[in-house]
Amino acid sequence: MNEEKFNILKEKFPSVEWTEGKNYPEITVETAELTSLCGFLKEDSRFAFDYLFNMTAVDWLEYFTLVYHLENTDTKDCIVVKTKLADRENAEAGSVYGIWPSAEFYEREVYDLFGVKFTGHPDLRRIFLEDDWHGHPLRKDYIDEINIIER
Amino acid sequence: MTEEVKEIMFREHEEYMINMGPQHPSTHGVLRFEVYLKGEVVTKLVPHCGYIHRGIEKMCEKDTYPQIIHLTDRMDYLSAHINNEAVSLCVENALQVEVPERVKYIRTILAELNRIASHQLWWAAFGMDLGALTTFFYGLRDREKILDIFEESFGSRLLHSFITPGGLMHDVHPNFQKRTKEFIKYFRKKLPEYDQLLTGNVIFQNRTKGIGILSKEDAIAYGITGPSGRASGFSCDIRKKYPYSAYPFVQFEEKLSHEGDSFARYQVRIEEMWESMKIIEQLVDNIPEGDYTAKMKAVLRLPEGEYYQRVETARGELGVYIVSTGEKFPYRIKFRTPNFSNLFIMNKLASGGKIADLIAISGSLDLVIPDIDR
Repeated sequence: MNEEKFNILKEKFPSVEWTEGKNYPEITVETAELTSLCGFLKEDSRFAFDYLFNMTAVDWLEYFTLVYHLENTDTKDCIVVKTKLADRENAEAGSVYGIWPSAEFYEREVYDLFGVKFTGHPDLRRIFLEDDWHGHPLRKDYIDEINIIER
Repeated sequence: MTEEVKEIMFREHEEYMINMGPQHPSTHGVLRFEVYLKGEVVTKLVPHCGYIHRGIEKMCEKDTYPQIIHLTDRMDYLSAHINNEAVSLCVENALQVEVPERVKYIRTILAELNRIASHQLWWAAFGMDLGALTTFFYGLRDREKILDIFEESFGSRLLHSFITPGGLMHDVHPNFQKRTKEFIKYFRKKLPEYDQLLTGNVIFQNRTKGIGILSKEDAIAYGITGPSGRASGFSCDIRKKYPYSAYPFVQFEEKLSHEGDSFARYQVRIEEMWESMKIIEQLVDNIPEGDYTAKMKAVLRLPEGEYYQRVETARGELGVYIVSTGEKFPYRIKFRTPNFSNLFIMNKLASGGKIADLIAISGSLDLVIPDIDR
């Protein structure tokens, strides 16, 4: 990721911001533009990020961040795509399942443990916990008086 | 022919569902496959995981970094050293600590010994899954030698928690070098036996060749890494791509195959054992003298930010993603475990095949269930 490549993105997606991360370059994007940006990063030959090697969410109490780690398997370039979900109670983002099939299960995990809904996901169910489980355990305000001991 | 008899006779043409697991010897743990069948042809397969979900990521949010090491052992328990190393490297990178050369060498030797032990157990169990009971005894006999080396140095055989942020828990046993060399010498003679026993077997070949073919495109799209990905031609070895520890100092090959079937996955693993032995041989005589740990503070506080570390376990790419707010606990930690991704290709590989092939496919993917559920 360099200045030149970033300008290509900026032209197409005005909301994109670029920062040098600790390990990989990071770009931040509005949630509404997430799927189209991801589609562009995969399809465009100048980027061609064909391998999604990690996807997760972070709970910052006021909002969630979705984090996508991408790799181009030819050039071995990596990049991190982030988006902020401001509405914590009805968090919703577009599914990238159509772009990287592996996202199907990462998204199910994020739905299970954070309660983020992904529109366009083919089979959004809990993946680890039972279907009748209350709450989403990886949220910071999750309360479980029996199993979680506060120190 | 009455209607009732007709119904029973033609029932096999209807689709029906059976549960494989959660307690089934071939799933190697508590995992359930919901298998939809027409006759004996699998039409759809839905994996259900979470039976051994312990919430390791949530627990880690209340633990200090040295404490987290002990939880990572319990994910992929057959690659315990490598899991420990992943978290240690991530913490060291964040703190910008340079570990002594000795530590790098020992870590790499341990990781490769661990990889061999893991592949031996996989080979043993894979043969047994397909009805070749003898392999189990041969595999475990040789794995025992490695576990003995581990036991002598760390006091434990499976969950070592030996590699810690900054270095090692303590120095290795004085016999470590000698016994490792003895093992390599021993195993170089024994590994050809594996080929003689199983690889050339006609029944085994018929049950694995052309079964569960995975294309390179699918391997990348679904994130299938490790030997399973490399058997499809996906060059995904983190040791080569982003070398860490002592891997930059050694010569070894990344074994690739392009067939992508169960037999290719089998062969890649067998060849990887040869490569691992090569790596150990290059390192074991040259372990530098020095400290077994770098100078670390009593309480580790990572600077604010996000860190990611990738390592190659016996089953694929393990990623550790740490979000720190400057506290002594991580704000969020996520383990990108290889088996999680590798499991969900099962539907694609098994659909359209016979139910007996399902065992060959799941065996060749080498799943470890606690690594999926975390």
